[in-house]
Amino acid sequence: MIRVAGAGWLTLLYKELLRFWKVAFQTILAPVITSLLYLLIFSHVLESRVSVFGGEVTYTAFLVPGLVMMSVLQNAFANSSSSMIQSKITGNLIFILLPPLSPVDFFAAYVLGAMIRGIVVGLGVFAVTLFCVPSLLVPSHPFWALAFALLGSAILGTLGLLGGLWADKFDQLAAFQNFLITPLTFLSGVFYSIHTLPPFWQSLSHANPFFYMIDGFRYGFFGLSDVPPALSLAIVTGCALALSLLTLVLLQRGWKLRH
Amino acid sequence: MASVRSSTRRQAPALQLAVEIDNVTRRFGSVQALAGVSLAVEQGEFFGLLGPNGAGKTTLISVLAGLTRADAGSARVLGHDVVADYRSSRRALGVVPQELVFDPFFSVRETLRIQSGYFGIRNNDAWIDEILHHLDLTGKADANMRSLSGGMKRRVLVGQALVHKPPVIVLDEPTAGVDVELRQSLWAFIRKLNRDGHTIILTTHYLEEAEALCGRIAMLKAGLVVALDTTRNLLTRVAGLTVRLVAERVPETWQKRVTSRDGRIFTIGLERYADLEPLLAALRTENIGIDELALEETDLEQVFLQIMGSGRRVAERAS
Repeated sequence: MIRVAGAGWLTLLYKELLRFWKVAFQTILAPVITSLLYLLIFSHVLESRVSVFGGEVTYTAFLVPGLVMMSVLQNAFANSSSSMIQSKITGNLIFILLPPLSPVDFFAAYVLGAMIRGIVVGLGVFAVTLFCVPSLLVPSHPFWALAFALLGSAILGTLGLLGGLWADKFDQLAAFQNFLITPLTFLSGVFYSIHTLPPFWQSLSHANPFFYMIDGFRYGFFGLSDVPPALSLAIVTGCALALSLLTLVLLQRGWKLRH
Repeated sequence: MASVRSSTRRQAPALQLAVEIDNVTRRFGSVQALAGVSLAVEQGEFFGLLGPNGAGKTTLISVLAGLTRADAGSARVLGHDVVADYRSSRRALGVVPQELVFDPFFSVRETLRIQSGYFGIRNNDAWIDEILHHLDLTGKADANMRSLSGGMKRRVLVGQALVHKPPVIVLDEPTAGVDVELRQSLWAFIRKLNRDGHTIILTTHYLEEAEALCGRIAMLKAGLVVALDTTRNLLTRVAGLTVRLVAERVPETWQKRVTSRDGRIFTIGLERYADLEPLLAALRTENIGIDELALEETDLEQVFLQIMGSGRRVAERAS
């Protein structure tokens, strides 16, 4: 027996990874296939009808980074939220409430686990969509793309943890996902450039933090974006910090965990 | 206030107390789950925590484990405050929860390895193998948790509480749903842990288990400690003998000695065997026929019933 100080959170992270890896068909392969279907259908229907970035980029190429980032975001949210709600409802959350894990341990393990799931799925989507757009293999600004993928997955992993903590039943979590996460994701410019929208909807899109994640990530591939990438980075970083702080405070108080 | 101290507990313990609970209160809405509980458990004790449903036993354990926060008062495990020094207190404590919970994603061995890891323990397979052996789970080590019977899942819960070799072990109804043979092997293992120096705190609905295992017992009722003493003292506190009498009625002069009644079945407390003859004489004098009569030494259940003062409800719970 070897006791390693502060290593509890690594086990919690390992548990989170093992949990989704054991059902990889559902957690990795299925979202990759779904994204591929999106690409095939939308690119087939819209390739010749939609012009993006003044025609500098084909619609199919434009769509790929959006789909990759959408997969990253949705799967990061799904991982932490489903893990937390399942543990709460089945009661096995007690196994991680009894050990000496701190609120930071909790946060780090759940959010990092969610980020890894999101990025693994994103890489899977990227790999299969490369067959359609091989030119995307080498992004023009890869570190920008990486920064937005990391921050976006962290934000959605944190939101998933918050949603899982807040919800007392699966129905509530589904409402959180269906009425908040999914609309914000779909209306963030995954399938279109916001410059194609009427002015009112363009303005509204600027209030959607998911838009900055998608737009910044896309900048990493093309060096083109709807808003300056530095602005997107600042907004996304601010959101990540604010949500992290909120979640850590709630975990510290034992909100919905310790009665 | 329910700070009832054992008359036989050593006055100046040489060791740090295993558990100290000091005037803990906790309210859930309109229910006062704990109304000022104070008690202390010394290292190496086998301590029983008894009480009817809703008495506050599980809430008290939850406060000790950090699952519930007390409204007032404090709790310490081996001197570590469960809030201010929660990392040390949780390392010192192993809890077998009452609810039969498990993670369906993992096998038995994975479950125990992961639980070790939460406590920062690596390479724990030798101890995990020993736990699996004592809990008769070696053959199920690689089985998924979903495939286990209820009794097996309960034993895995016991294993999870022991993976970090905690000096203080709390067992909240650990034998519920476990068959008699496995219950015996489980108790043999727990007794061994107690002999090895682990402090055991047990709540159980099987009062005969508490009587056989626990050196001291606290009884809770409505969030208060209503009795706290050695098992021996508790057994001698009330009448030493019990007469179970089946008759139409009992003599007028013996009405006060009736501890419970179920139809024509009366339970009457006697202090000594010599009290039996006056009872029989009173029955003869009042011409009361005896259908059945049995004389028993007092057991913990009768003590429990007397202290709780609500015989029928407790008897149902304890059956």
